[in-house]
Amino acid sequence: MLSLYTRRRIINAIGLAISMLAMAFGLFWLCWILWTLLEHGLPALTPLVFTQMTPPPGSGGGLLNAIAGSLAMTLVGTLIGTPIGILAGTYLAEFGQRGWLAPVTRFINDVLLSAPSIVIGLFVYEVYVVHVKHFSGWAGALALSIIVIPIVIRTTENMLRLVPTTLREAAAALGAPQWKIINFITLRAARAGIITGVMLAIARISGETAPLLFTALNNQFWSSNMNQPMANLPVVIFQFAMSPYEDWQKLAWAGALLITLSVLTLNILARVLFRQKAASH
Amino acid sequence: MPMFLREASLKRHTVLDLLFRNLTRVSAFGVLVLLAAIIGSLVVGSMPTIRAFGFGFLTSSDWDPVNDQFGALIPIVGTLVTSAIALLIAIPVSFGIAIFLTELSPRVLRRPLGVAIELLAGIPSIIYGMWGLFVFAPLFAEHVEPWLNDHIGAMPYIGPFFSGPPMGIGMLAAGIILAIMVIPFIASVMRDVFEVVPTLLKESAYGLGATTWEVMWKVVLPYTKIGVVGGIMLGLGRALGETMAVTFVIGNAHELSKSLLMPGNSIASALANEFTEAYGELYTSALIELGLILFFITFVVLSLARYMLYKLGQREGQAT
Repeated sequence: MLSLYTRRRIINAIGLAISMLAMAFGLFWLCWILWTLLEHGLPALTPLVFTQMTPPPGSGGGLLNAIAGSLAMTLVGTLIGTPIGILAGTYLAEFGQRGWLAPVTRFINDVLLSAPSIVIGLFVYEVYVVHVKHFSGWAGALALSIIVIPIVIRTTENMLRLVPTTLREAAAALGAPQWKIINFITLRAARAGIITGVMLAIARISGETAPLLFTALNNQFWSSNMNQPMANLPVVIFQFAMSPYEDWQKLAWAGALLITLSVLTLNILARVLFRQKAASH
Repeated sequence: MPMFLREASLKRHTVLDLLFRNLTRVSAFGVLVLLAAIIGSLVVGSMPTIRAFGFGFLTSSDWDPVNDQFGALIPIVGTLVTSAIALLIAIPVSFGIAIFLTELSPRVLRRPLGVAIELLAGIPSIIYGMWGLFVFAPLFAEHVEPWLNDHIGAMPYIGPFFSGPPMGIGMLAAGIILAIMVIPFIASVMRDVFEVVPTLLKESAYGLGATTWEVMWKVVLPYTKIGVVGGIMLGLGRALGETMAVTFVIGNAHELSKSLLMPGNSIASALANEFTEAYGELYTSALIELGLILFFITFVVLSLARYMLYKLGQREGQAT
């Protein structure tokens, strides 16, 4: 029979060893996935990927139209979502002390933050695509903007709350009206944090596939008309990866590598930017 | 400045204040409108199936577009089963990661490792799906599934769940990929809630001679219980609604089978696969009702998660 003391020490050692294993387990998948992406993606990532359109099966081509479509829809989605998100976040942080609207909105927003993105695609399909009767780049951008809004609201509110109240009081004491205090003092003080939030939102939507399936669909050709079905990287990757054609699969890997690299770069950039700002305070 | 000018400027600012305040209020209200619009449009879209099948839709396992017979049982079961598998794997692993990040890790490594785990959460789900289909599934079919068949497949009670042809894709594979996806979400919430435990409390326990494991298990975990459950529910919400990662590896078969090695279907993957090809009003409407069911389930789960995390936040507020 082991003494109580030894037994406790053994349990401790086992518990801690398992927790280290868990950490290694988590990192293991990250490394494996990144390794696979590099292994399959790098050989496929030729200059043609950036200069040619998506090909029919069996012939060479690139992803130019998909890259352009993704960029366009991400840009429009961000441009629609960010202002609404910032305004609503401002309300929650600056005017939300009294009344029912702020707590309810905060709660609903937190729920929408992790709502399944495919349902958002379905929603845009129902309210927009059905009525105009065709898939379009605008619908895709709209779906993406709905994903952006909750993320931006959350970070804007959090960042505004970090701004010291004394700053607001100082401005008020100098006679500044409230709209000026918020626009020129508090929002400006929280700028780095809000930009970080927007960057994270862009990172999130640039990899989203599900909401684009029923909205932007896909387009095999170059399209600069947002009112037409629009090619985009995630849906092209989905379609090409699921296909039996080897050259399509190759392009899918190239696209996957491109998306992952840009998403990870955005994520890391956002963190570095925010950290620098936080350190300087 | 003459009196009347000053008054005019005051008045102008009052108006601008009012405008600005209401502009932000309308935007905040927009979030509620958005939620109402999502629910409303899904309900309207699924009206034809609701009228045709009523509540029987939830319990029927028919899925026959040719004869216009639809039931949601198979996708609902698939969604719940894959999410349950994911949580079974993800909860202990996330707990371990959170312990490591809050208590064990050397200070220098704490931040980079935390960021690495968060990056795992940042990888788009379609990448997990592709990786699952091309890399994970073949290995799984070759090495893991035959083993499961041989060793667990013959056991009583649990055996039937683990026997079947080793195809690589299927419910079990989808559950494992989902687990890898939700681990970072759950682990980072757990880490954050572990960090709200007052240092005083932990140091008192250490001072009484408790081991690190005892401090985590008997002091930190009880203190943060609600938050931990909230984090797990948050992960569950993610797992339920996850589309692309599951679509690649679940096999998309409208069949109800006991074995986890067999292909199945989840709500999200049924939508992703069939929606653009659906013909006829009833088919489309059945898929939209699936979306409505999914939204309802995740909404309940996520609301509970948020409620629990708020509770913990409130207690933290009281403690300080």
